[in-house]
Amino acid sequence: MLVSLNWLKNYVDIKDMDPEVLAEKITKTGIEVDGIEYVAEKSENVVVGYVESCEEHPNADKLHLCQVDVGDETLQIICGAPNVAQGQKVAVAKPGAVLPGNFKIKKVKLRGVESNGMICSLQELGIEEKYVPKDAADGIYVFSEDVMVGDVVESLLNLNDAVLEFDLTPNRADCLSMLGVAYEVAAILDQPVQLPNPAPTMAKEAAQDFISVRVEAPEDNPYYGAFIIRDVTIKPSPLWMSNYLIAAGIRPINNVVDITNYVLLEYGQPLHAFDYDKLNSDQIAVRRAKDKEVLVTLDGHERILSHDHLVITNGAEPIALAGVMGGLATEVTDSTKNVLLEAAYFTGDVVTNAVKETGLRSESSTRFTKGVDPNRVKEAGIRACELLEKYADATILSGVVEYDQLDRSEKQVEMDMHEMNRRLGTNLQADDVKNALKRLKFNYEQKASTFIVHVPTRRGDITIFEDMLEEVARIYGYDNLPYTLPDGVGQAGGLTERQQLIRNIKKLLEGAGLMESHTYSLISQETKDQLISPEVSEANYMPIQLALPMSEDHKYLRLSLLPEILRVLAYNKARNQLDLGYYEIGKTFLTQETVLTKQPDERLRLAGALTGNWLHHPWQQEKKQVDFYVVKGILERLFDYLGFSVEYKPFKHKDMHPGRTASLHLQGKTIGFLGQVHPRIQNQWDLKETYVFDINLEELLVAYKPVTSYQEVPKYPSIGRDIAFVIDESILADDIKKVIKEVGKPLVKDVSVFDVYEGENLEAGKKSVAYHIVYQHPEKTLTDNEIQASYDHIIDAVKEKYQAYIRS
Amino acid sequence: MKDQLKAIETEALEKIAKTEDIKKLQDIKVAYLGKKGSLTSVLRGMGKLSKEERPVVGELANAVRQQITASLEEKMEKLEQIALEKQLEQEAIDVTLPGRPIKLGGPHLLTKIMEEIEDLFIGMGFEVREGPEVETDYYNFEALNLPKNHPAREMQDTFFITKDLLMRTQTSPVQARTMEAYGGNKPVKMISPGKVYRRDTDDATHSHQFTQIEGLYVDKHVRMSDLKGVLDIFAKKIFGNDRDIRLRPSFFPFTEPSVEMDISCKICQGKGCSVCKGSGWIEILGAGMVHPNVLSMAGYDPNVYSGFAFGMGPERIAMLKYGVKDIRQFYTNDIRFLKQYHNA
Repeated sequence: MLVSLNWLKNYVDIKDMDPEVLAEKITKTGIEVDGIEYVAEKSENVVVGYVESCEEHPNADKLHLCQVDVGDETLQIICGAPNVAQGQKVAVAKPGAVLPGNFKIKKVKLRGVESNGMICSLQELGIEEKYVPKDAADGIYVFSEDVMVGDVVESLLNLNDAVLEFDLTPNRADCLSMLGVAYEVAAILDQPVQLPNPAPTMAKEAAQDFISVRVEAPEDNPYYGAFIIRDVTIKPSPLWMSNYLIAAGIRPINNVVDITNYVLLEYGQPLHAFDYDKLNSDQIAVRRAKDKEVLVTLDGHERILSHDHLVITNGAEPIALAGVMGGLATEVTDSTKNVLLEAAYFTGDVVTNAVKETGLRSESSTRFTKGVDPNRVKEAGIRACELLEKYADATILSGVVEYDQLDRSEKQVEMDMHEMNRRLGTNLQADDVKNALKRLKFNYEQKASTFIVHVPTRRGDITIFEDMLEEVARIYGYDNLPYTLPDGVGQAGGLTERQQLIRNIKKLLEGAGLMESHTYSLISQETKDQLISPEVSEANYMPIQLALPMSEDHKYLRLSLLPEILRVLAYNKARNQLDLGYYEIGKTFLTQETVLTKQPDERLRLAGALTGNWLHHPWQQEKKQVDFYVVKGILERLFDYLGFSVEYKPFKHKDMHPGRTASLHLQGKTIGFLGQVHPRIQNQWDLKETYVFDINLEELLVAYKPVTSYQEVPKYPSIGRDIAFVIDESILADDIKKVIKEVGKPLVKDVSVFDVYEGENLEAGKKSVAYHIVYQHPEKTLTDNEIQASYDHIIDAVKEKYQAYIRS
Repeated sequence: MKDQLKAIETEALEKIAKTEDIKKLQDIKVAYLGKKGSLTSVLRGMGKLSKEERPVVGELANAVRQQITASLEEKMEKLEQIALEKQLEQEAIDVTLPGRPIKLGGPHLLTKIMEEIEDLFIGMGFEVREGPEVETDYYNFEALNLPKNHPAREMQDTFFITKDLLMRTQTSPVQARTMEAYGGNKPVKMISPGKVYRRDTDDATHSHQFTQIEGLYVDKHVRMSDLKGVLDIFAKKIFGNDRDIRLRPSFFPFTEPSVEMDISCKICQGKGCSVCKGSGWIEILGAGMVHPNVLSMAGYDPNVYSGFAFGMGPERIAMLKYGVKDIRQFYTNDIRFLKQYHNA
């Protein structure tokens, strides 16, 4: 809502308060003022001039040579506007004048003839093009009224008016009107409000002889008032009205249209003017539209209606979509003589429906949607009649023909002083409350400590005690509330074990050198099926699609965090950041339904991607590119921290390198995967060798058991033995390890690989893997014999199972 | 013989004092104390002495031996010390050469801000609650006093999945879920951090995905002044002790009264600058007293219980705190951006 301060001054005395100061007061107490704009940038030395003569320029076709009386002198001005003519009153920028954009006017010679100033268009005076009336758009501005030669144009055209931009919250529909704003500002400044109190002269003829009103949908339209206005003269609006409309962001059209717009802004009540002679009937009937009924609206569009819409009809056909837009057939035009003026109350729901389906959002529909003041509907119509009588030379037929089932009663809200102080933490006295109510202009009765407030219908947002609490508190001033701390029973706050564990896992990964990323949950068609972990794809989960995405890039809910993390790598690589390691913990959204009927399972996953150098220490010739084992090392560190023994199995995935990928298994469950991204996907992101991991974090969180007991540190020494087996290349290091552990039970405490060798001295297709075996007994020192026996046993078992032999 | 011993002692000590070489010192040791050393050979002549002389000379000889030995050891230790120093000197390295790098990982700036806020409220006895990101219409809107066709629904553009399921537009649904879980007769003191989604086109100030932290305190006798007190602590802890807050009227369907909280602008000390758009105040968060409809829908009797709620955007807080200009920076994850906040 744009609030012109000059307009506002008609209703409330804001004195000469600086607009900034006023805006600050309004923001603090009521409504956020988003900004202060002036109708136009400042101009100086622009006055009204009278064009005494206008001749063609002797040396130029399109220029005019004018003699213009500006009061104290007559200036010779050359003007190029096509519409300049003798006898006009125009805006003249005298030599020395400054126009918006710091455009300085000087005496100049144009094609050999002196020009002492400039005749201005509204645009040149700083009015935005979109608000300039159409007939003034292509030339100079010509005053239509009898203004005084020499008068300052800036004030005549309201160019210096400050306009406050109200950022209205949905509850404050009352401030979608200048009167509502006046009440608000009056409450803030503790001032009275001057109301228009319209009183048009009524003709003897009665409106009811020319129109009847019938409402068939009273629940949508509890009030419909029709005024008949005869013999209107269509012409431009008075200057003051055009000025206010421009300040409020509405382009003046003609007096009849402008008056309905003006009253809409003044009262917050939308009105509609029909050309009475085009009604083709003497009746108005309001009803729900029939399905597939057609109405061509003012904008020329054919609207196919349904039963959800409310229409105004002439008894047979729709002539307007109620509260939204009129019909083209009954439009007021320059030739209109007689007008039917509608002042009606349409409920928010029916208008909302129409707006949603037609997409027609207008000043009118916005107000109906948010609710208009039932006590202002009729008066707004009367106000318009008054203005039409005065500014369209019209005759107002007596009486308003109406259907009226409208509830105009005021709500009563009880407000107990003690409860109020208890809720606010204040110690307000009855006088503080009375003062607030007086400023708000709310009537009330007081019974002991209780106020019964009669809430004016303009404030439809106030219905309960808490609403009144807010009203009193804000007028009293939130700055005056004390600062206290809750005195309720304390509770121990804190993170849950799960939340704490997640934080610990993050710290651990960060300590291992990974950077946390935050990526989008909504991903594209191209990436939605990429890099899905095996346990997710095996369960036939499918990505959920948004009903109405905003862009192709963010259309599906992710099943994997990896595509977006790869995007992060690609983004950085494009900026020459090549050595990267990211991780992220975030939700994936799992459902097996093709059409979602219930919320999906939201599961946390832990994913990451690494590329480039992991270690680069040139002067000591150390360089390590990220590879499978770098990433596995980080994960092993994590699993070690969590106390898990995770198994890695070779694994094929369509988006992963077939020979460098493992699936991860914990306690028999697949929990994710790890490996190099398939070069095909790497190329898509323009990445070099890139490794990723993706783990079902929920499984880790569930499996985690914190240590709760003491385990004695071993007292007896451990003894190490090394052994190297030559085996087929295809046999996994872990396969042999399993045998060693199994056969070596219970003496073998630990087994680890310390060397892998392929090549010279070994036949093709073979490799040598060397293990370090640690023996330990909890209760004694093992003897050489005991160890040797176990050792031999292990060798035999491995030889037999894997056709291995010992490398000497 | 006594004189002989004395002469040996003097000579040996003199030689030891003069020697600056470990090898030579060892030679001296052999020359005097060795099997064929001069002291040893003198002692061999002891047998020729009288019974009376023998113990006297023996004692003297021992003293001489001890004196020489002690002197030798002392000198040896000193020389070894010098030798070691010399060796260490040769082992010197260039300490200005770069160390072996260990990658420095770290949390995302948003995580830092969120954990900082979580920890602040945990310290005031709040718990951290989470909720689903795909919400039902009921929890995202209706339970928060936003019935269908409520004009305030227009404030938020929603990503719908079906007619009833949507990407949550706020973390407030967690309020309703938590109150329900608490069964209407226990105090609730919680914050809920998390991701939310709006149907916006991404630009410098809009993001279709962002984060929110919502707070809720419901108990008997919760006052609006408590809200003011708690928010003041929040503002001072997060933005600095020199900040003031102010509340001004606003509207949220789930609170009544509703307020926006501003903090005083640090850049201009409240005088007005471009950051605070000349007002001296910067909008930080929305808050209010829990609407009685919200309380009763979640099973709390609004005649007995009251509460306050607040909601803030960690992105906005990070932007104000660190001067980040573009909200998209949080989601591009530029390593050069994230690294700046290692020690934030």
